[in-house]
Amino acid sequence: MTRAMDMVRKIFFAFAIALVMMSSSGPAQAQVHVNVEEGHLNPMPIAIVDFIGANPAAQQVGADVASVIRANLERSALFRPIPSNAFIERITALEVPPRFADWKIIQAQGLVVGQVTPLPDGRIRIDFRLYDVFAEQQMTGFSYTTTPDNWRRIAHRISDQIYEQLTGEQGYFDTRIVFVSESGPRTRRIKRLMIMDQDGANPFFLTGSNAMVLTPRFSPSTQLITYMSFETGAPRVFLYNLETNRREVLGDFPGMTFSPRFSPDGQRIVFTLDMNGNSEIFSMDLASRSRTRLTNHPSIDTSPSYSPDGSQVVFNSDRGGSPQLYVMNADGSNQRRISFGDGRYSTPVWSPRGDLIAFTKQMGGRFAIGVMRPDGSGERILTESFLDEAPTWSPNGRVIMFFREGRGEGARLWSVDLTGRNLRQVPTQTDASDPAWSPLLP
Amino acid sequence: MRKVLIALSAVAALAACASRPEATPTPDTTVGAATTPAPSGPTPGSAEDFRVSVGDRVFFGYDRFDLTPEARSVLERQAAWLRQYPNVRILVAGNCDERGTREYNLALGARRAAASRDYLVSLGVAGNRVETVSYGKERPLDPRSNEEAWSVNRNAHSQIVSGAVS
Repeated sequence: MTRAMDMVRKIFFAFAIALVMMSSSGPAQAQVHVNVEEGHLNPMPIAIVDFIGANPAAQQVGADVASVIRANLERSALFRPIPSNAFIERITALEVPPRFADWKIIQAQGLVVGQVTPLPDGRIRIDFRLYDVFAEQQMTGFSYTTTPDNWRRIAHRISDQIYEQLTGEQGYFDTRIVFVSESGPRTRRIKRLMIMDQDGANPFFLTGSNAMVLTPRFSPSTQLITYMSFETGAPRVFLYNLETNRREVLGDFPGMTFSPRFSPDGQRIVFTLDMNGNSEIFSMDLASRSRTRLTNHPSIDTSPSYSPDGSQVVFNSDRGGSPQLYVMNADGSNQRRISFGDGRYSTPVWSPRGDLIAFTKQMGGRFAIGVMRPDGSGERILTESFLDEAPTWSPNGRVIMFFREGRGEGARLWSVDLTGRNLRQVPTQTDASDPAWSPLLP
Repeated sequence: MRKVLIALSAVAALAACASRPEATPTPDTTVGAATTPAPSGPTPGSAEDFRVSVGDRVFFGYDRFDLTPEARSVLERQAAWLRQYPNVRILVAGNCDERGTREYNLALGARRAAASRDYLVSLGVAGNRVETVSYGKERPLDPRSNEEAWSVNRNAHSQIVSGAVS
């Protein structure tokens, strides 16, 4: 997946990016590199200096930006930000090359410096540079001009630049999570749509407490969310537009509709329609609202998810006697079972890279999150507990977020790397479930 | 309006009494109570009557939607009661325990609701009086996480939507 799908989209937050490639010598000559498969075993020491500023306000933004970058990189477990009190050189000007010897002594392999400059029109310019300490050369540098309140997104973009330069993989920090915020007793649970940055910052509600909502998912543009709501009584698939804050019911169907997901091109939604107890998978073209039936079987058929090229759909069916994973062509042809291990499989989600399918697996009274190849081979369990459910992929296909419930406890969001390491709770103010990771923001 | 409904329901109750199948175990006292309201106990034809005297939930095995003999017996009482009060419309909600994933359970709950509805219809209740919905695992009756709670939370819940005596 590339950023190609992000093109031709309105910029969600108003800011301008000025790309200033500052005497970059290119990644080919770089000596530092982090392997995303093995990096957790030996995280790269990296020094991220508080960005300098011309006045106290700019200095504060500079410190905040550096703090967000450190937290992002630390959370990836591929990097180990060095504590600032170990720094020897004090960076006072961006134009002066750093004294690399001072950074080598404290074992820093990467060095990030930056500057926040207030502009006459009220905006700020944030410059940053990433150095390869051992090669003693700059790897990349960018300059962003933005409104002061948008500094967090710039910090995420810089984090993505660092991640991409040092791992060779696309980053995932300038992204958001839409999820279900939960409150109230279990027998009368209140479930509302909430959205936040991937690091838990800037959370806000999208829906009120009058109707229970479930299973939100982003469109590829990140501007639309599809979800299920009991707002009109029975389960119905809804669309929520983040630009207009308007929501609408998707189609007028005779039965319940649920488990919606966008196609990779954003033109269609694939979902389950249940009529008289028989659930079938349909897709609907959003422009014409014409619908296509993909399955036709008396068993449960639900939880469809497109492959990233849009040619196939993985789904959940109990036609074999227990819930298992099946793959079909996008027109419904060639339906075949792919999961054959012990246990019950559900909630399949195709990786944005296309190489894996994540799922929930029930076995021995426990719930696990795992991955397998699209042909069903290479199954690996990443994490398990009393209840782990509903995986969602980071846009680079390296991290999986899901929700976990303890016995008799509320749900919380967690993330785990594709390696099965780096299990972490995602900070939310309330109990939370059904996370969906956005693509990189446009 | 409500008084009219009560009167109509009482007449319906008496009329239905004559043709009630012998197998229906609805207590005879409900009919008597319609003419001389008892100081305690649910008003015949009321939602409480349906819930307490008839039974408004049937229960299922794990990942099952087939009706047990007990479930059939409850649904037979529901059907008899619904024939007795022909103005009543119900919503059958399918519910699941927490030991399944959310979307699968929405589909499973729909099957449970449909199984209950189909049986009611086969017993002579007009199909347009019985709506169905699935709440999946979202509305547990028992909040605990143990076998006892799960067995209670796997149910189809018949709720009166309209037409009952208040």
